[in-house]
Amino acid sequence: MILNTVILLGGIGLVFGFILAVAAKKFAVPVDPRQEHLLRILPGANCGACGFPGCSGYAEAMIKEGADPGLCTAGGTETVEKIGEILGREASLRERRVARVLCGGRDCEQKFNYVGINECYAASSVAGGFKSCRYACLGLGDCVKACNFDAIRWEPGKIPEIIPQKCTACGKCIEACPVNVIKLIPEKAEVYVKCGSHDKGPSVKKICKAGCFACRICVKFCPEKAITIEENLAVIDYSRCNGCGICVKKCPSKTIIYTEKHSSKEPEERSKKKKNAESQATNHS
Amino acid sequence: MFSFKGGVHPPEKKGLTAQKRIEHAPIPAKVIIPLSQHTGKPAKPVVHPDEEVKTGQKIAESDGFISLPVHSSISGKVVDICPHPNTIGKDMLSIIIESDGKDEPVEDLNSNREYFCFSDDEIRDIIRDAGVAGLGGAAFPTHVKLTPPEYSEIDTVIINGCECEPYLTCDHRLMLEYSHGIIEGLKIIMRLVHADRGIIAVENNKMDAIETLTREIKRKPNVELAVVKARYPQGAEKQLINAVLGRVVPAGKLPLDAGVIVSNVGTAVAIKDAVIKNRPLIDRVVTVTGTGIKDPKNLLVRIGTKFRDVIDFCGGLSGEPGKIIAGGPMMGIAQYTLDVPVVKGTSGILVLNDPEVFTEEYNCIRCGRCVDICPTCLFPYAIYRNVRHKKWDAIKKYNVFDCMECGACAYVCPARLNLVQSVKIAKNHTSRENK
Repeated sequence: MILNTVILLGGIGLVFGFILAVAAKKFAVPVDPRQEHLLRILPGANCGACGFPGCSGYAEAMIKEGADPGLCTAGGTETVEKIGEILGREASLRERRVARVLCGGRDCEQKFNYVGINECYAASSVAGGFKSCRYACLGLGDCVKACNFDAIRWEPGKIPEIIPQKCTACGKCIEACPVNVIKLIPEKAEVYVKCGSHDKGPSVKKICKAGCFACRICVKFCPEKAITIEENLAVIDYSRCNGCGICVKKCPSKTIIYTEKHSSKEPEERSKKKKNAESQATNHS
Repeated sequence: MFSFKGGVHPPEKKGLTAQKRIEHAPIPAKVIIPLSQHTGKPAKPVVHPDEEVKTGQKIAESDGFISLPVHSSISGKVVDICPHPNTIGKDMLSIIIESDGKDEPVEDLNSNREYFCFSDDEIRDIIRDAGVAGLGGAAFPTHVKLTPPEYSEIDTVIINGCECEPYLTCDHRLMLEYSHGIIEGLKIIMRLVHADRGIIAVENNKMDAIETLTREIKRKPNVELAVVKARYPQGAEKQLINAVLGRVVPAGKLPLDAGVIVSNVGTAVAIKDAVIKNRPLIDRVVTVTGTGIKDPKNLLVRIGTKFRDVIDFCGGLSGEPGKIIAGGPMMGIAQYTLDVPVVKGTSGILVLNDPEVFTEEYNCIRCGRCVDICPTCLFPYAIYRNVRHKKWDAIKKYNVFDCMECGACAYVCPARLNLVQSVKIAKNHTSRENK
């Protein structure tokens, strides 16, 4: 009895095994081994920061279409270097950037009490948001829910804080934010303008203590001429900024602030760096 | 009795003002007249700051076919043309006029005239130049509605006197006090669209208005009265047509595709005032009511009067207001300031003290009550779920644009879901995508 069963099932197994083995040889799709290798190196978060559908899509695109190997911001320099080795191509990570919340309105007045679906995208559709500034962070946490990397620290009702070490600049939070208060800025930046209001100076001053009201003091004092006022808002040109911090000290509303990159540096180092930069500039000229 | 599928019947609360005659509100010291009080393109201002204007003078010209001119509702001086908070919640370009206290009218305001000698197009022009918009709430330009395309065969005009929103009584009072004007207005509409049947539809909770109108239409063979059941939203165009005539207006089509024109009683009076009395739309009846008002009233208010001035005339607020709503409690829009002006679409100012505001949403229990009562046969719970999960593609098959945002679903929802808000978000998102 048992023997019969064993022979029957074993026989069926052998036949199917043989068919599968033949099919696997005959209909095999040639996959570039590098593609699988790449897929193992990529972080596997499927965040979409590279612009391709997930990590496997990016790996395929790099092999078949020759996509730029430096697009994986989530993986960082290490991953990109490894990708370069596999592909035998020069690969360098695009300048690393991090997302920052450009709103410092901690005690921004509320226009009205909002009652409704408790999410930013819903609140922003009611009379342009319940904050008195229409560029203000609503603080209901849509960005936190969108972040795949747990890089946003947030308490309900407060302005979220992005942890730069964890941020991969994938752009999910920027997409989720209905008031466009999150922007990508270079990671190496030492100062940034924590305000996104394009309203005219007096009306900003009326409703917000921490907003940029385009007084132009930073423009005047910046030794590198890195700051300009665009649509009533100070904009820093990071290719010129050397992080001296004069703008932070002069800003009357404390809108321009240091990033954590700055505080970790010694003042002597800064002066050295500046001297280097100057000597380079003189060399160039 | 006539009625439609679905709907709800919230407490009417009309007793606060139903028996109060329409009073004239005093001329305000300052009016704020938004350039866009109607559906369509905003008007273009034709006055400048510091210019003297008279009551009834045109201060902004219509810009295109679906647009309306705007008139000064008082005499005085134009102070400024600047953005100002509006009842829809956004700042809107408005003409601000300071009163000189004289209320001096333009020359031929309130003159009596016969309109039989005018051609149809001339009458339509008069209605457009008077800035008449639908006074039921949506404020659609009336001359557009009265210009049916060639192919349409309109046989019936329905005057909508349902006033199904709780609290509001302005249409009720109009039917009692201006019943003659309503019939005159109906006659003008019937002439313009070549309809030979006129129906005035009134809910069965306004028996005194039904009596008055029955007396008024006695010797008018082609005007009849339809008594409909008191049910919300009986006054919605498509529901009313279905209830009274048994016709169904297809989704995405207009009432005129079913051969009907529906007009609010207030609009009928405004049409009559414009055509016979040469009086542009510079005032409207507003019900000022709610537990938060000391002395609730029905008022004839000049367009552009601030809510604050209107409420002050009604004895002021009786306490710290919990919620201020422009319009009725079901479809009205909550306001965050009393500086907003009364516009053409403002049928009521409702102030609720200590309102039953439910801030907490619970989970949907799939009871299906919202589906049962939806007068347009939509699935509100499914729209809500897809909006919360941001599945914008999935929403497309739920016909969100058929929703008129009557709020009946949110009223019956035991989980207090913000169903109407989710529909509004879905509509916004879809129309933005389509662009």
